[in-house]
Amino acid sequence: MSVIAPTHEDSRLSLGGAKPRFAVVRFPGSNCDQDAFFTVRDVLGCPVEYVWHQETSLKGFDVVILPGGFSYGDYLRTGAVARFAPIMDSVRAHAERGGYVFGICNGFQILCEAHLLPGALVRNAGCKFVCKQVHLRVENADTPFTRTCKPGQILRIPVAHGEGRYTCDDATLLELEQANRVLLRYVRPDGQTDDTVNPNGSLGHIAGIANARFNVMGMMPHPERASEKILGSADGRALFESLMLALK
Amino acid sequence: MAQVKVVVTLKPSLLDAQGRVVQDALHSMGYANVGQVRIGKYMELEVTANGKGDLNSEIKEMCDRLLANPVIENYTFEVVE
Repeated sequence: MSVIAPTHEDSRLSLGGAKPRFAVVRFPGSNCDQDAFFTVRDVLGCPVEYVWHQETSLKGFDVVILPGGFSYGDYLRTGAVARFAPIMDSVRAHAERGGYVFGICNGFQILCEAHLLPGALVRNAGCKFVCKQVHLRVENADTPFTRTCKPGQILRIPVAHGEGRYTCDDATLLELEQANRVLLRYVRPDGQTDDTVNPNGSLGHIAGIANARFNVMGMMPHPERASEKILGSADGRALFESLMLALK
Repeated sequence: MAQVKVVVTLKPSLLDAQGRVVQDALHSMGYANVGQVRIGKYMELEVTANGKGDLNSEIKEMCDRLLANPVIENYTFEVVE
């Protein structure tokens, strides 16, 4: 798989041929849906539509984004109620036929509750809502979500969550690590892992993981909030640009 | 109409961040005899038997699917009258 690196931080990837069609699913309480929509439409220049949680079809979409927010008020557990929204059967079917699903923050929590990704996200170890820039190390650059990154590349992307501590059982962790399914890890700016920069106490400093087929990914940090230089960082764009190549 | 009482707790292997804050607060209030504190959830459900089968197995299904997340939580329930 070839690695395509953006030549300039503000460059737009210009690709010939078909562009993937994105869906941004909106749940009651989603609040990062517009940021994700903007990133896809205005930064990537790809077709994108909102899909309300009551809808039951994702026909014609290549990439489905589950955005951040507080779906259903985070009642019971984060993502627990959203998992049973009517659209989720279609999200599951989309994933089963090999379509891409990208869960950001609350979207990651929903994917775990829906068992499309293993493990769970629980209250931050420090009990605080953490909202700040973090550094992430790209652990696997050979996936549809990270293919425009270099292995080991450091991305500066913000987190904003109260329940982002990734946890799973030992067997699942072993499986994730051995199959290179941990795609992003919280690190220091120099790329080393360190408990002091793990913002939520996540197991193995895990910030983002993929399913076994690498067509479903979830991450707690917000790449859509780091999609243009004016936002303080454009590092998050690499994940969207990787997905842009999904049809190639 | 039966009343069902469900208690959901974090698995013992998992750090209970909230519980630790409460434990620290109790210590600072002078209750030095308090050990680990774990916070769980208590739910009361009013349930009508639907005649389709065993109420207990239906409640168990509700717990497994929604009320608890088996990845991180344990649960117990009790059907009252």
